[in-house]
Amino acid sequence: MDVSIAALLTQDGLTNGAIYCLIALALVLVFAVTRVIFVPQGEFVAFTVLTLAAFEQKQLPGTVWLSLALGVAAASADIVAHRREPGRMLRAIAGSAVPCLLSALLVWGVFATGAGWAFQVIATVVAVMAMGPAVYRVAFQPIATAPVLTLLIVSVAVHFVLTGLGLLFFGAEGARISPFTTVSFTFGSINVSGQSLLVYAFTAGLVIAMAVFFKVTLFGKALRATAANRTGARLVGVSPNFAGRLCFTLAAAIGAASGLLIGPITTVYYDSGFLVGLKGFVGAIVGGLASYPIAAAGAIFVGLVEAFSSFWASAYKEVIVFTLILPVLLWRSFNTTHHEEE
Amino acid sequence: MKPRVLVAIVVALVAAAPLVAPPFYVTLLNYIGLYSLVALGLVLLTGVAGQTSFGQAAFVGLGAYTTAVLTTQYGMSPWVTLVIALAITLVIGYILGIITLSMGGHYLPLATIAWGMSLYFLMGTIESFGGFTGITGVPPVSFFGMALTQESHFYYFIWLVTLLALWCVANLLDSRPGRAIRALKQGTTMVEAFGVHPGRMKTAVFILAALLACLSGWLYAHLQRFVNPTPFGINQGIEYLFMAVVGGAVSVWGAVLGATLVTLLKTWLQDLLPKLLGEAGQFEIIVFGVLLVILLQHAREGLMPFLQRFVPSPKRALPEAGDRLQHRSMPAAGEPVLEVNKARKTFGGLVAVNDVSFDVKAREVVGLIGPNGAGKSTCFNLISGALDATAGSIRFMGQELTKASASAISRMGLGRTFQHVKLVATMTVVENVALGAYLRGTKGIVASALKLNRADEAAALAEAMRQLQRVGLAEHAHDPAGSLPLGKQRVVEIARALAADPILLLLDEPAAGLRYAEKQQLAQLIKTLKGEGMTVLLVEHDMDFVMGLVDRLVVLNFGQKLAQGLPEAVQADPAVREAYLGV
Amino acid sequence: MSEVLLEVSDLHVAYGQVEAVRGVSLAVPSGKIATVIGPNGAGKTTLLSAVMGLLPASGRVRFAGENITGRDTEALVRMGMSLVPEKRELFADMTVLENLELGGFSRRRAGESRAALSNTMEEVFALFPRLKERLPQLAGTLSGGERQMLAVGRALIGKPRLLLLDEPSLGLAPLITRDILATISRLRATGLSVLLVEQNARAALQTADYGYVLETGELSLEGPADDLLHDERVIATYLGKR
Repeated sequence: MDVSIAALLTQDGLTNGAIYCLIALALVLVFAVTRVIFVPQGEFVAFTVLTLAAFEQKQLPGTVWLSLALGVAAASADIVAHRREPGRMLRAIAGSAVPCLLSALLVWGVFATGAGWAFQVIATVVAVMAMGPAVYRVAFQPIATAPVLTLLIVSVAVHFVLTGLGLLFFGAEGARISPFTTVSFTFGSINVSGQSLLVYAFTAGLVIAMAVFFKVTLFGKALRATAANRTGARLVGVSPNFAGRLCFTLAAAIGAASGLLIGPITTVYYDSGFLVGLKGFVGAIVGGLASYPIAAAGAIFVGLVEAFSSFWASAYKEVIVFTLILPVLLWRSFNTTHHEEE
Repeated sequence: MKPRVLVAIVVALVAAAPLVAPPFYVTLLNYIGLYSLVALGLVLLTGVAGQTSFGQAAFVGLGAYTTAVLTTQYGMSPWVTLVIALAITLVIGYILGIITLSMGGHYLPLATIAWGMSLYFLMGTIESFGGFTGITGVPPVSFFGMALTQESHFYYFIWLVTLLALWCVANLLDSRPGRAIRALKQGTTMVEAFGVHPGRMKTAVFILAALLACLSGWLYAHLQRFVNPTPFGINQGIEYLFMAVVGGAVSVWGAVLGATLVTLLKTWLQDLLPKLLGEAGQFEIIVFGVLLVILLQHAREGLMPFLQRFVPSPKRALPEAGDRLQHRSMPAAGEPVLEVNKARKTFGGLVAVNDVSFDVKAREVVGLIGPNGAGKSTCFNLISGALDATAGSIRFMGQELTKASASAISRMGLGRTFQHVKLVATMTVVENVALGAYLRGTKGIVASALKLNRADEAAALAEAMRQLQRVGLAEHAHDPAGSLPLGKQRVVEIARALAADPILLLLDEPAAGLRYAEKQQLAQLIKTLKGEGMTVLLVEHDMDFVMGLVDRLVVLNFGQKLAQGLPEAVQADPAVREAYLGV
Repeated sequence: MSEVLLEVSDLHVAYGQVEAVRGVSLAVPSGKIATVIGPNGAGKTTLLSAVMGLLPASGRVRFAGENITGRDTEALVRMGMSLVPEKRELFADMTVLENLELGGFSRRRAGESRAALSNTMEEVFALFPRLKERLPQLAGTLSGGERQMLAVGRALIGKPRLLLLDEPSLGLAPLITRDILATISRLRATGLSVLLVEQNARAALQTADYGYVLETGELSLEGPADDLLHDERVIATYLGKR
């Protein structure tokens, strides 16, 4: 291996690592606030790419039906839960189902009017974001106080439902979206693509935006408060359901952003989200599902390992990445003191 | 109808099926048997022990591929490869378990997802494994030269293995290690207090589940005579989990119920959904996922409880009370049992227990009291080993306790109860009490599964009955512990502690939440035990309860010892009055 | 007698098999301090948690004339109830300032301005000047007394009409306890109503207008605080003399 190949692999690894990093951050966020280990995070990534790709191919994105299905499911759950209090029912539906239903309309509208690229991107991001609170409402809100293990099993079940729906509404065909830029820069013998620089910049921007959100805004503080002390948060008026919806919306937004970044780099299928999500996951576990900076570093490390192993042992790339979790867990088990989980 | 009769009917139906059912159903039943084995392991792991694995399909694959590769490429006998496959599974299960389970929480399921993924990719990548096309020509299994080539013959083999596995697991759950496994969900503090090592026990259960999955895979390879990676992916892993959740943990038969329902549902959906949706694809996973979510939201115990309503639980004969276990030698009256010397515990900057000293002598009842937040519970936890002291010494029968683990302390002869009652609600009272005698038995998982533990088991149950008679609850022996009122549950906890043959009984707020009459009965019991030579240290906040009961009182406030002495003197002490009434 | 702000009737709270509160009825008049005293384990904390919607309960609770039985805690906070719990429940990894800001979460969501909150915050600093010195410090690093001040301060930022205080004296030196209770007395003058739960009977009765004695989940005595202060039966409840 010479310097230019190493540089190429590093660039590749950092690009994928940056995307895994976003996913890892979303996973840590969701776990801290709701104790849900959110396996379906990758689905948001895949749905974003497939929606935008459908727009580009002048087809009606399956997102319309997916959002409609999620919206109807969320609305039904609220109708059943609040059947005796119409006022509360309407307020609940407004928070959980209406965004999904409206975004279905938006996606359809953008398609029908043939609106331009910017509108397509906005409609895609909005639609995927709206799926977050609907998923929370349907799957997790009714069992918000259940043990982590039950939440995890539900999480895996939701992953399979979403993958199945993805196949149903988007089909088995893979898709790729057109790159945002095709420029590239040369530094000596090293070639850097504009697309990778965009990924780095966008990831860095998003990380900073998240930091600002948590440090400065009231909602950001409310999420931190819920993660730190649920009872305390309730006592100042932050409802766990509000916090859950909010952090699922954020997670979906991060998923959509990751989709925009990964779409031009890789061909994405309806079930690609799982692998992408799991790699972010390995990063999140490095951080013990608790530390944002360590999770981010872990995810970037996963990207690099993946890039270099694809050079040395390309067939075993996935095996190596997933086996990596074992030494990571071993390392964590030496560094974690035992806690009674009651 | 008696359960025994019901089991006999099921066995008879299984035996008759290939003679009457069309081949399609025989195939289906074969799969149900194979799936039941895997689901059985998960029922044990998820339902009973409160852990889970998404990677069971990978262990099935491990069993299938090990035998396929070794029989086709190295010409080994399937019986040899079975041993090799089980050995490999044991090692991998041990490594995964030891890494993840000592940490507690959710690391095992996460590790199993990754392990499942990486094994799946490995099976599809290694060239000698035939990639995604797989391996053909796996030889049949032979018994004494008779090859099981026909599906209906192999059927009997599968169901023989499955029924044997059900029998073994049922035996295991009804034994010394089984009671410990069923108690794991109560948290680690309780089982450790009786000498169970929770991490090791969970690892053992995980390995057992993995071995059952591996066995199923080995059978699968010799039934199909062909393997490829597809049935061992993570999707199948979730289907196994679905079966276990559908069946629930209340009975080993839940595994068969879950496997049957899910297999039938899948067959039906694979037929129906493509027609309905107009497309081919694995759409049944959508329905499975939705049903799994609904089940976990509304019926976390699975469907078995709905069926069990129609089967009355068997009225078992009460075990004979008896005293067949070894006893330790008890100290003579007045000998020092517990000596707390300048014990100190700090949490960050907060001093919770500030250089507290007191002692307990043999055959004495001492009360440790104080207002809320005085440091009583912390002090209790230092003695029981749930917390380590920052400084000072705590000696029990002359041995230093400060660095000993909870289970070592229990081994030395210190029995305890819990402030928030920690009984296994679904186990009977006598089983809960028998858990107390855990360290006095020896038979492990293998002996228990094969029912080679009869003497050991009978002695433990006899001891449990003896303690129940001692505390006056013998007539409740076969009631589920969760069905008793709180007052009686506290007494069951005392019986459980007594079953460990302790020198010192530590009672943590035994009167909390009790009604007046219950408190009086409890006080009477403690007096009786003292009369029988027991030494008792009780932590209480209820002055009324301790006054007529204890020999001496030690009063804590703000983490410090405020007073000690005879109950009446302590009660009249102005400093104590101030601590309780305020200034 | 002034109008009743909080009215609890026949409240029962059970943890599984254990009924920790059995048929308690009490009232807090507008602008008054009512106290529930009783020994450890009598069910005082359970009672407050149930009133605040943190525990499921049966019976009836009315606040400002509205039936609030079974409402979410968050809804009660919006209506003007605030609980300072026994464990304080501060956000340990966040600064004092952030803790206080979150105290105003409901008001901000209801559309009140930042300025309105700053005003309330100044009022809180007037009551607890120590908090103002500690603004950038993490709540987890405060001393016991400062934590209690922060917990009360955080509750006051929400401008509650009714303050529920659970064992404000717990773990605090007598002098600090007196300080905090004196502050509570002063707040009464501003129209705040308080339900104070305490095991420190003397301090509580000296502060309150009306008192209830809770014993093993049931009210055993009630009356004007001054009368209870000299009642032999109160002493018996605590020291077990019968």
